Amino acid sequence: MSGRPAVALGAGTGAATGRVPWQLLVPAAFAVALLVLPLTGLLVRAPWSTLPARLTDPEVGQALRLSLLTATASMVVCLLLGVPLAWLLARASFPGRRVLRAMVTVPLVLPPVVGGVALLAAFGRTGVAGGWLDDTLGLRLPFTTLGVVVAQSFVAMPFLVLAVEGALRSADARYDDLAATFGASRWQTFCRVTLPLAAPGVLSGAVLAWARALGEFGATITFNGSYPGTTRTMPLAIYAARNTDFEAAILLSLVLLVVSVAILALLRERWMAGPVS
Amino acid sequence: MTRPGPLDAHLVTAPPRGTGAFTLDVRLAAGVGEVVAVLGPNGAGKSTALRMLAGLHPLSAGHVRLGGRSLEEPGRSIRVPAQRRGVGLVPQESLLFPHLRVRDQVAFGLRHRGADRAEARRESTGWLERTGLGELADRRPSELSGGQARRVAIVRALAARPALLLLDEPLAALDVRAVLELRSFLRHHLAHVGVPTVLVTHDALDALVLADVVVVLDAGRVEQAGRPAEVAGRPRSAHVAALVGLNLVRGTSAGHLVTMTSGTDGTGGTGEPAQVVTATEQHGDVFCCWAPGAVSVHGQRPEGSPRNVWRGEITGMTPHGDIVRLEVAGPVSLLADVTPAAVAELDLAPAAPVWVSVKATEVTVYPA
Repeated sequence: MSGRPAVALGAGTGAATGRVPWQLLVPAAFAVALLVLPLTGLLVRAPWSTLPARLTDPEVGQALRLSLLTATASMVVCLLLGVPLAWLLARASFPGRRVLRAMVTVPLVLPPVVGGVALLAAFGRTGVAGGWLDDTLGLRLPFTTLGVVVAQSFVAMPFLVLAVEGALRSADARYDDLAATFGASRWQTFCRVTLPLAAPGVLSGAVLAWARALGEFGATITFNGSYPGTTRTMPLAIYAARNTDFEAAILLSLVLLVVSVAILALLRERWMAGPVS
Repeated sequence: MTRPGPLDAHLVTAPPRGTGAFTLDVRLAAGVGEVVAVLGPNGAGKSTALRMLAGLHPLSAGHVRLGGRSLEEPGRSIRVPAQRRGVGLVPQESLLFPHLRVRDQVAFGLRHRGADRAEARRESTGWLERTGLGELADRRPSELSGGQARRVAIVRALAARPALLLLDEPLAALDVRAVLELRSFLRHHLAHVGVPTVLVTHDALDALVLADVVVVLDAGRVEQAGRPAEVAGRPRSAHVAALVGLNLVRGTSAGHLVTMTSGTDGTGGTGEPAQVVTATEQHGDVFCCWAPGAVSVHGQRPEGSPRNVWRGEITGMTPHGDIVRLEVAGPVSLLADVTPAAVAELDLAPAAPVWVSVKATEVTVYPA
């Protein structure tokens, strides 16, 4: 401690401020219990003895494959559509930009089941866009795997857009100007300068979107129902198993938990590493 | 790409309404191979002027012409975008692309001038080797010192074969040693560019050393423009005098005696206008200037040869290297450089009354 000021402003150790007040300690303990107990329950009740057999159950594999496939597809959709949208929000100036940003964030706070109903209203056979898609392209989204991707993209997109927009905003626009003086077009500047500078943010956004898509339940089941092999993703399979085979529900939940924690670890590492500077 | 040729610019921009900012109105001209330094305090509009030349900030009136071609002329609705101006910009803080190695930094401009990837990298390596930066080719910007980064930024701009070179504070925010090295690097390479160069700086020394023409800017207007020796030796306003570190007064000369009209309280403390004796003969409205080092400071009224003697009071003392710069208020308010030994010997302190003297031969006098 030698050489340090006696009072470290803004980063006190708390040593000089006395005991932790019970008024804070007790609620905090309950919060921990609320967060940790269910996960412990999951581990305690897990059917460890039959685990290997159950994991190789084709239905588990089917749901997991479908989940990984649709979540990855949704992430790709979010990247392809969301990164350009984020660029528009961060770099272009046009009337209604603030309104557009507000609209983009709506799915973030919207209950997913409402999203599912809204998707039905839009893409259902009698929906605004659904009828046209069916008539001209013969494409029906509800109750299909493609519909699952649409529902997941709907709820995951805001996460990606906001993450990428933030990264683009913090990427110094003077680099864009500089690239222009070298003769780079705006598109070339985007590809060679802006996007590489925002890469850490894009990666974080993509992982967030993927995780959100992986856990998607409400919009998916409302828009697509729950059909094994086509629309029954992991969360839907867990819900279906809950009444008939609780051990299976726990097992599926464990698998999803492991995947989620792995993502969290990956993200933390990215955030700890910080953006390229 | 724009053909190399002289730069002729009249940069005018009105501030956004209600901001209270000044209007920028600056004329700049630079011949091929000529370096023009725009000198002024922060906020004088230097960087904006540079951005206007680069096409990154629109003119509201005036023009930018390069080699006879009009790059921008609001009056005729001409505006060539930054991408097609062929301007080489060395931005403040270098702004090396953080994700590119040095070789690719330099290749960046070359690629957008039509070179393919391999060609650009080859040419980039050549440039780095010719400019003594070959060893840095595989480094990332985060692995460079400030001075190295600045040199890479300069070479990056040069390599793209610009028709006009723009440098924004090329020597700012570097340590003393790096500044010395970079100054000689710039002097050497700017001499061989063969295009007009506009350099922006707040440091008078940089402007005087690097430029062929110095344009002093204040609050968006040109205050004085001329050869470095002229600006440094014959300032024409208090601001320019302060920039080049000289004392300046204005007055009316009758032969060898100048009766002051500014730079003084005009009374000499006795009701008489302060006067300066000069060694050179001049008549009419004139400026007189002299260096702070030419001022002697005394505890009592000095006797003997010095012809200009005034009373004063010390209002400021700042150490400058191994001298102390005094601000003295009086009939003639001036800066005086004395040694720390003199400060101790004369017991100089703020508010202390002193006598100051300047030899007539130390005073430069020139028509206003």
